[in-house]
Amino acid sequence: MPLRERVRAARGALTVLPSGTCSAGFPQVVPSACRGAASPLNLCLVSDPTPVVLTEDSVNEAVASALAAIDAVSDTATFKAVRIAHTGEASPLSRLNGQLKSLPNDQKAAAGKLMGQARGRVNQALAAKEADVVALESAAQLAAEAVDVTALPVRKKLGARHPLSLLQDKVGDIFVGMGWEVAEGPELENEWFNFDALNFDPDHPARAMQDTFFVEPVSSHLLLRTHTSPVQVRSLLTRELPVYVIAPGRTYRTDELDATHTPVFSQIEGIAVDKGLTMAHLRGTLEFFARQMFGDEAKIRLRPNYFPFTEPSAEMDVWQPGAKGGARWVEWGGCGMVNPNVLRSAGIDPDEYSGFAFGVGIERTLQFRNNLNDMRDMVEGDVRFSQQFGMVV
Amino acid sequence: MRIPISWLSEFVELPVGTSVDDIHAALVSVGLEEEGSHDFDIDGPVVVGEVLEFSEEPQTNGKTIRWCSVRVAPPGVAAADGGADVRGIVCGAPNFFVGDKVVVTLPGAVLPGGFAIAARKTYGHISDGMIASARELGLGEEHDGILRLASLGLDPEVGTDALNLLGLDDAAVEVNVTPDRGYAFSIRGIAREYAHATGVVFRDPAVELQSATADLDAHSGVEVTIDDRAPIRGRVGASVFVTRVVRGVDAAAATPSWMIARLKLAGIRSVSLLVDITNYVMIELGQPLHGYDLDRLDGPIVVRRAEPGETLTTLDSHVRTLDGEDLVIADASGAIGLAGVMGGLSTEITDETVDVLIEAANFDPVTIARTVRRHKLPSEASKRFERGVDPEVAAAAAARAVQLIEELAGGHADSLGSRYHAHEQLTPIFLPDAYISSLVGVDYTDAEITDSLIEIGATLEYAHDGLLVAPPSWRPDLTHKATLAEEVARIVGYARIPSIIPVAPSGRGFTREQKLRRLAGDTLAASGSTEVLGSPFVNAELNTVFGSADGSPVTAIKLANPLDAESPFLRTSTLPGLIDIARRNLSRGLTDLALFEVGAVFLPEPGVTYGVTEVPLGASLPSAETLAELNASIPPQPWHVGLLFLGNSVDKQPGQNAIPVGVADALDTVRLLADALDVPVSVRQGSHAAMHPGRTAEVTVALPTGDEVLVGYVGELLPALAEQYHLPRVVAVAEIDLSALIELAARSVEATPLAGYPAATQDVSLVVAETVAAGEVQRAVAAGAGELLESIRLVDDYRSTGIDEGYKSLTFALRFRASDRTLTAAEASDSRLAGVAEAVRQFGAVVRE
Repeated sequence: MPLRERVRAARGALTVLPSGTCSAGFPQVVPSACRGAASPLNLCLVSDPTPVVLTEDSVNEAVASALAAIDAVSDTATFKAVRIAHTGEASPLSRLNGQLKSLPNDQKAAAGKLMGQARGRVNQALAAKEADVVALESAAQLAAEAVDVTALPVRKKLGARHPLSLLQDKVGDIFVGMGWEVAEGPELENEWFNFDALNFDPDHPARAMQDTFFVEPVSSHLLLRTHTSPVQVRSLLTRELPVYVIAPGRTYRTDELDATHTPVFSQIEGIAVDKGLTMAHLRGTLEFFARQMFGDEAKIRLRPNYFPFTEPSAEMDVWQPGAKGGARWVEWGGCGMVNPNVLRSAGIDPDEYSGFAFGVGIERTLQFRNNLNDMRDMVEGDVRFSQQFGMVV
Repeated sequence: MRIPISWLSEFVELPVGTSVDDIHAALVSVGLEEEGSHDFDIDGPVVVGEVLEFSEEPQTNGKTIRWCSVRVAPPGVAAADGGADVRGIVCGAPNFFVGDKVVVTLPGAVLPGGFAIAARKTYGHISDGMIASARELGLGEEHDGILRLASLGLDPEVGTDALNLLGLDDAAVEVNVTPDRGYAFSIRGIAREYAHATGVVFRDPAVELQSATADLDAHSGVEVTIDDRAPIRGRVGASVFVTRVVRGVDAAAATPSWMIARLKLAGIRSVSLLVDITNYVMIELGQPLHGYDLDRLDGPIVVRRAEPGETLTTLDSHVRTLDGEDLVIADASGAIGLAGVMGGLSTEITDETVDVLIEAANFDPVTIARTVRRHKLPSEASKRFERGVDPEVAAAAAARAVQLIEELAGGHADSLGSRYHAHEQLTPIFLPDAYISSLVGVDYTDAEITDSLIEIGATLEYAHDGLLVAPPSWRPDLTHKATLAEEVARIVGYARIPSIIPVAPSGRGFTREQKLRRLAGDTLAASGSTEVLGSPFVNAELNTVFGSADGSPVTAIKLANPLDAESPFLRTSTLPGLIDIARRNLSRGLTDLALFEVGAVFLPEPGVTYGVTEVPLGASLPSAETLAELNASIPPQPWHVGLLFLGNSVDKQPGQNAIPVGVADALDTVRLLADALDVPVSVRQGSHAAMHPGRTAEVTVALPTGDEVLVGYVGELLPALAEQYHLPRVVAVAEIDLSALIELAARSVEATPLAGYPAATQDVSLVVAETVAAGEVQRAVAAGAGELLESIRLVDDYRSTGIDEGYKSLTFALRFRASDRTLTAAEASDSRLAGVAEAVRQFGAVVRE
């Protein structure tokens, strides 16, 4: 019988014990212990040493009795008792076997053969039953160990990265894949790196329009960077040309928190300075970037604009093919060719080198990429917000 | 900048049916971003009516209403709403007479704010329309009574479309003007840009006005002297100063409704006719004007810097103490105006003014910008001066104002006028052949380049290997060849720029620190914590409580202009932000929290003065010393990791009791983080002013020199603080200097071959005083046991029967292994005994058998 079926059969056998009739073939020697029908062992412990006559009938009777008892076994304990009862020293078969030596010599061979076959049958039955009992019992144990897997305790829970961090990592991966590097710089900056080196004239309205947090005293010329562009200057100052870097990070402006503004936000800017770079390279880079972020159908539209640190300058719109509510153009960021004065601030000859730069707001990118209406959700720290993203944005 | 469409159409021909969207699309293509659109929000049948008769009917509420009969269409002609030519209308205003022409809004009309007009029963009559006030029409704020068209000098036919008559059918587009394009703060500038975008012909309104003032000079009228003894950055405060005089005006005359309507659409409130005219000309030509009451002017005009401490009462009746950098207009009485920013009260034009002096000047942008900032007085005029006003338009603007005053306020232009003009021509820019194409990446034809430059008003001269380009007077932003490249690129169109992906040189990938920082974030998130971004702005108290271990005040960076005056400092710890966020989550019913932040903190060193006294100019490389100074001017800003846990770490579930958080959660997470970064950290009992005195750990890293570096604290928040912040009693926190941790992290793994010989395990129980930290005992055993000890683990801390009061029994599981042989039990025991001996030596430990 295949194991699975035996186990299945065993399951049924577990609850219904075979009725305990004593079927050992020795009615004349039924022990008192065996008289009741209630014995769960379902066997007759044959301990009465009354002599039995070795005959074919008596042997067959003993074998039949043993097989019946073995057949009724359903657990290890009973199995062991049955084995002792029917193969132990006091068992009928053993006792019959013991009479072999007292038989006349001419009968010994036949009787020996008879006994050998009888004991073989019983031992074979026992071996088969033993395997059955093991299978039955392990099945029973497994059944007893069953748990409701839909109600198991949850002990480990995944936290979450903030999607703004994840998005910055993602952009880093995109550009590192293109051979660019990721540059970083301080959030509390010297005014020179944030403004002067970037061609913001001290008295030009563009400087006032940056809504800058200044450090006290203002005469110390320290501020919270209003963009990550100071990192561009630092990169040009410290790296060998050509330079291809992006600069992600936190930035600050004196905007009150509302649905579309936050005083602390993040940007990713990129700058490439090399020989022979043109606005075509700028567009190519932005288009690649956009396709990585928004899918293969994404494209870039440039519109003239003004930034002190680029000339020509452009506002970039991105065609977002998968936007909720249909594909659309979305204002994404600013870009342009690095203003010659910025290159000069870093000691680079603008007649030899040219470059392009671009910048996008991470919050804004997340906002339209993931259909978020209110920027406050990104900064308030409600754990449900980050947990929507988990470890992937 | 808002541009009423009817006004725009005076200088460019708008094709019939041009919509607001069409105009926006055109302007966007040349760099004027769409900001919105405006109209009067008024629609339907609004017509000129004539009051035929009325009767006054006193009401029980004390009011008296007029029951009027109003003709709204010529006799026998259906009215604009299809109804009768004469209507009965109830009106509450008492300021009109029989025979007056008025504006009648007929049923079906909708007034601003969605106010729908319908025939309705009121005061016992069916009022079949409404007689409108100026305010109801959106033309002004006055609500003195209904609008009598005669007061506007109008006497139109009955039934005339009043919306068209009053200019209320106009609309405006609003665009964002970038700060380099001062000239675009005018209808003239926008019209020119619209022509660039669409190719329609632009008619320059300044050209025909120019000749009117050609014969004026500085002495031809009111004497004007420019006396700038302290130019800022070498620039004289005023380069152009034109005056014109109009005598015998009726200053009290009404502003025509078309002008009110256009000003209103442009975002300017009507004040009085003469002021409206100066504003109108400013919007039209971009030249701010100022009008003086000539009779109140005392002698010749001098433009000079203010005397330090000099005072001036400006038009808004504020007495202002001036700075030596402020530029003033003065007469014999002293300062009479803050140049380009705001006029003075003493020479203000009033309804009694008879003779008017108009000033059209060009002031230095830097002077104006500084005065505006100093006195916090931004205005429409200063906005234009800061961004640059066309110096050549001043005389034209003055002439245009004179023209409008004569036309609308009567009077006659005095032949006396003056004109000071010292503005220098903009320097021509050398544009090498092929430069623009090489920068933009488009193969422009020569014609495309020259046509574009001529179109924007530049004059060209051919030079060797290039062009000499003289920018037009209104484009002071064109200062170098790259600015010309942008002009050509935008006039031809950015759409022409192709797309090429540049090939960067082989990169080195992320830096070690960047990789480890990302690993830190990922590890913390994977271990169950959620990343949040705390506010960097805190008050002094929070910095003191969390920024120093002993609770002494810490040095912190203070902002000069914080958003919240209560939190002017930059954080020295991430914990205040996490606490704030924890509280917000709790208030939203999220009671089991594991939060982390990875962010910069600002740690100025005590006694160090940061910053620089002077910032070098841009556009040139500072010296190495200056750069070093700039770099040294900013305080350290390491990255910290903050952790906060509260509530339960494991929820109550079937077969699982809830596990409340404690310091163990924070410490475990810190260990995990350190393990992920491969930094061997040690933990010691510690103390921190913000933390539970018995539940605080110091986390240190051992240097190769043997010194230990403190990298952070882990603990439970002081219960009193938790209560103060409205948090539950147990809040586990940690603050770790991630930058330091990363700095100390292993650079590479030194792997050792794994020994295949069997391990010997032995336990040892040591009785020590309760006050001795288990970690210290473990360290001692490990140190004493030597090389054969492969691992040691604390498995039990027993303090009950059999152990004296004040003592505890610590059981350690030890695993020994040799790399080259099978250890004998005796060798393992020797090693164990050596470990025990060290614990005995250090802590008087007793082996418990």
